[in-house]
Amino acid sequence: MTWTPDQPIVSIHNVKKAFGSLEVLKGVSMDIMKGEVICIIGPSGSGKSTLIRCINALNDIQGGSITVEGQEVHDDNLDRLELRKKVGMVFQQYNLFPHKTALENVMMAPVKVLKQNKAEVETRARELLRKVRLEGKENSYPGELSGGQQQRVAIARSLAMSPDVMLFDEVTAALDPETVKEVLVTIKDLAAEGMTCILVTHEMGFAREVADHIYFTDKGVIVEHGPPETFFDNAQDPRTKEFLSQIL
Amino acid sequence: MLEAFQEFFRQFAADHPTWNFIFFYEERQWNKVISGLWMTIKLSVVCVIFSVIIGIVGAAMQGARSAIVRGIVQGYIQFFRNTPPFVQLLFFYFALGRFTPTYSPDGWLEVPIISNVGWAIISLSFFAGAFNVEIFRAGVEAVPKSTQEASEALGFTRLQTFAYIVLPLALRVSIPSLNNNLVNLVKTTTQAFVIAVPELLYQSITIWNDFPSAQNPMMLVLFISYLALVGILVLGMNKWERSMRIPGYGA
Repeated sequence: MTWTPDQPIVSIHNVKKAFGSLEVLKGVSMDIMKGEVICIIGPSGSGKSTLIRCINALNDIQGGSITVEGQEVHDDNLDRLELRKKVGMVFQQYNLFPHKTALENVMMAPVKVLKQNKAEVETRARELLRKVRLEGKENSYPGELSGGQQQRVAIARSLAMSPDVMLFDEVTAALDPETVKEVLVTIKDLAAEGMTCILVTHEMGFAREVADHIYFTDKGVIVEHGPPETFFDNAQDPRTKEFLSQIL
Repeated sequence: MLEAFQEFFRQFAADHPTWNFIFFYEERQWNKVISGLWMTIKLSVVCVIFSVIIGIVGAAMQGARSAIVRGIVQGYIQFFRNTPPFVQLLFFYFALGRFTPTYSPDGWLEVPIISNVGWAIISLSFFAGAFNVEIFRAGVEAVPKSTQEASEALGFTRLQTFAYIVLPLALRVSIPSLNNNLVNLVKTTTQAFVIAVPELLYQSITIWNDFPSAQNPMMLVLFISYLALVGILVLGMNKWERSMRIPGYGA
């Protein structure tokens, strides 16, 4: 059962997840191919964030299966390091290491976790910071950066591990409207380079522009999904229509 | 010069019978003060280091998955925090000391492998360490769960997350309380006197037992010495706190 690139890079099948008696995911399935950009939208509490947190085993699941490059994620013998090398994640609250500079934040995991050569990592880290347009901020501490800048450091930090899939969990939700754009541009660049991206987002315009496929979740199930044009202009389910009418 | 100095205090003692600064003109007493002070410094430094290590290890163990490990740490804290250090010293030296193996350097003497100084270090380090565990735990709890999650998502193991992310941040939060506890520890070293560790208090008392007229000056020596020692510690801790300050963080 070796994975080949023509198979889904992330395959989610009938996933169930509950926090105590609260069922958050009630059987969710989706397949994501390499290089695809997926946007998951839906009202708060619909299980969007929980779902993507399950993909890199930050949350466990109670039923179903999730595979990344053919490897079952929710397996007791899972090699977490192997999974986390493949799957990068960016959070709503950036979650940078506040006691490390931007450059150190980016360098830390490759050096400490992957034991890569420090000088080589530094070269790559500087390149990544340039790529997210943060040249000149290498030696700034997170506390000295704006939200948008911090979020771009977080993206660079995740990319430094050379992941195959990137998860974005409402990464612009904590930002002011002006800085949202700089973060979205960075993600768009990544998508254009062929990175597989799974985003939970409330940015409908952005979702429409970059996504190959949109999933709409509500109350723990996928209500409707499809390519952005069909989804936004020709939604079928009344729940989707209602949601879209409220936000568009 | 020295002669004149000694002569002055000899005369001073003659004029003021309760202010006999005997250590200023009698070398034997001077040496006692110095060796007592030196022992106090050694005891303080070693206990500070060990107690901080115990605090860090204990705080790390409190985050362990195993309930048994967490239970052991909790039991340790309760025992050492809730009983007097004075009693602990007696217990370690007289109760546990009886069971430690001995060696014989000359075929006659039986010397325990852990001396009274050794027991004082063990006892005081564990005593202050129990408080340090609680202090560091408070610091660890102040580190946002989300920051640890981010490090987990980057592939750090639990131990790596603790060492590289949680501990450095927790330390910064903990320094003020740690400062207090270490100050207390330095002062508590005087209690090693009860198991005859020749530290400053012990030496001072032997001096004023031999020369009651030297009691007031020896008290003065004690106060000034501890003020100075604790002062140096606090200055050092404050300097450390400043050097750890992160630009733009927690302001």
